[in-house]
Amino acid sequence: MTQQALFKFRLYVAGDALNSVQARTNLTALCLIYLAERHEIEIVDVFLEPKRALSDGIFMTPTLVRLAPMPARSIVGNLSQTQPLLQALGLEVPAL
Amino acid sequence: MKPSRSILDKDPKKAPTGINGLDEITGGGLPHGRTTLLVGGPGSGKTILALQFLVYGALECREPGIFVAFEETSKSIVANAESFGWQIGELQDEKLFFVDAQPKPELIQAGDFDLGGMLAGLEALIQQMGARRIVFDALDMVLALLPDAAAKRREIYRLHDWLLAHEVTGIITLKAGGDESETIGQNPFSFMQFMVDCAVILNHCVVLGVSQRSLRVQKYRGSSFDENESAFLIGKQGFEVAVARTLDRVDAEVTNERISSGVSRLDTMLGGGYYRGSSILITGFSGTAKTTLSGTFAEAACGRGEHTLFVSFDSDGSEVIRNLASVGIHLEQHVNNGSLRMVSARAITGSAETYLVRIKTLAKEHQARCLVIDPVSTWSKSGNDLNVHSVAERLIDWSKAEGITMVCTRLLDEMSSLAEGSSPLVISSLVDTWVHLNYLVQAGERNRGLSIVKSRGSAHSNQVRELILSNDGVTLADTYTAGGEVLMGTLRWEKERAERVAHEAVDDVVKLKRVKLDAEEAELEVRLKSLQVELQAKQLEKASLLRATQSHAGELSRSRTRMGELRGADAEEQAP
Repeated sequence: MTQQALFKFRLYVAGDALNSVQARTNLTALCLIYLAERHEIEIVDVFLEPKRALSDGIFMTPTLVRLAPMPARSIVGNLSQTQPLLQALGLEVPAL
Repeated sequence: MKPSRSILDKDPKKAPTGINGLDEITGGGLPHGRTTLLVGGPGSGKTILALQFLVYGALECREPGIFVAFEETSKSIVANAESFGWQIGELQDEKLFFVDAQPKPELIQAGDFDLGGMLAGLEALIQQMGARRIVFDALDMVLALLPDAAAKRREIYRLHDWLLAHEVTGIITLKAGGDESETIGQNPFSFMQFMVDCAVILNHCVVLGVSQRSLRVQKYRGSSFDENESAFLIGKQGFEVAVARTLDRVDAEVTNERISSGVSRLDTMLGGGYYRGSSILITGFSGTAKTTLSGTFAEAACGRGEHTLFVSFDSDGSEVIRNLASVGIHLEQHVNNGSLRMVSARAITGSAETYLVRIKTLAKEHQARCLVIDPVSTWSKSGNDLNVHSVAERLIDWSKAEGITMVCTRLLDEMSSLAEGSSPLVISSLVDTWVHLNYLVQAGERNRGLSIVKSRGSAHSNQVRELILSNDGVTLADTYTAGGEVLMGTLRWEKERAERVAHEAVDDVVKLKRVKLDAEEAELEVRLKSLQVELQAKQLEKASLLRATQSHAGELSRSRTRMGELRGADAEEQAP
């Protein structure tokens, strides 16, 4: 069931800061591997939309928010640690 | 939130905190446009200090502020602050903005991150509301999420640079153990203390069950500051930092006005009464009428219409009033008409600092011109040994500066003599007038003696007087010194009576003597009169004798002439 669900992500980044660039790359790579053809990514640059960061309660960048499937989840960091990230997203590594 | 003392010059490089005492210590406030680090253990008052700084800035300095809360929610912070009477609701959002930045418990972390997002958001906010002050409360909460020390350091530098670039006055609070050495050595954020321009350390410890708070400015770049640890208190209106008198403070105005002690003979002994604005110490053992003597002072002050504050550490206000009424001191009417305020501080347990701040606040509220503290020795009870002396010093200093005449009593323990004993509270050298009350046990009686140990700036009697309490009030009587012994009470009365009797006897003798002398005088006068009369009679007799002799001589000569004529004597004989 969950295998077929559509994943909606919103990634808050701080311009071209190192962590933010890494997060973008890591997220894209992850989606390609695990969520091919069933994901949407919205990128919010807090430097361009500073007020939105505050109103959305984003203090640490980068922050990844899984909007769908519910419930919403926030993951902070450059997404370099794949294992906790996959667990948080409910994407278990397929048994090889 | 009253502005700090006006004698402080406004320094453009300083951002005043509005905290009584802290502005004095720092010479006007925190470094303007720079970052101050506030370190302290749990419950040491970091959040309150930081918030007070923002509220004061928003209210008094036209400097809007932002409060970034990493630990408590802004709701609970606002609720806590309202208990200090700060109207945050009115300020909120336009002049004071709260940002809830608590890391959510369900937050998942995957890899390194930074604070760029928050700073970008805050930057927009600063521009929008023109904020000049910002507080990052409990920054350690968010730093703890960072994976390694290098990342923590990087983010702190990022924050610091950001603050400098925006020229906002920042406070960063950090949790640390109560022990200061721990703060320096083991804390992972210790390097922050080297980075920032100003560091303030808050301490909260318990000494013998009494809570003691203290504050110390650890560093302040580009400004002199008071380096000592100063006690502070979180009172009804927020922070109160106790500061000793600083050198540049102006002297209090002195006056020659005398005010009555309430006992007229004591006034005479003091050369007219206490000086207005002076501090008076009354020492004595239990039951030597210390309270009574302070009661007479309070009554006299109220009688002049001066607002008076009577702080009793021994008994309830109503008890004091009842007890004093029994010796003819009627305070109730003054309580009723509002000129006297009785405060019972018996129930208050706390540090001496607490007492001092409460007394100051009460005196201010009541606009007191006269103050009674009965007894001040309570302060030296356990837990306050270290700071009680400095508290007493500041009490006296404060009352002088405010022109408040203060009478404090001090209980002496039975064992110690006139000296104040081994207690750390030695204030006799600070006060202007020291009245000592003593017992004299003699001939099966215990009588009260009063003497003036010192009274600055006025001639005063060096004699011991007996203090007599009666239904009609308090009076002083001369004591009798006989054979090197001072007599009081019944012995004095006996002596007085004996002297009166002796005096009367002497009077009688004198009277008798006078009567006798009167009689003798009268007798002599009578004799004088009779002799005068006799003299007159003799004079008359003598005159008449003289006249008789003269007429006889004339008769003889006339007869001789006639006889010559008759005999026809010679013409030669007739015509000489």
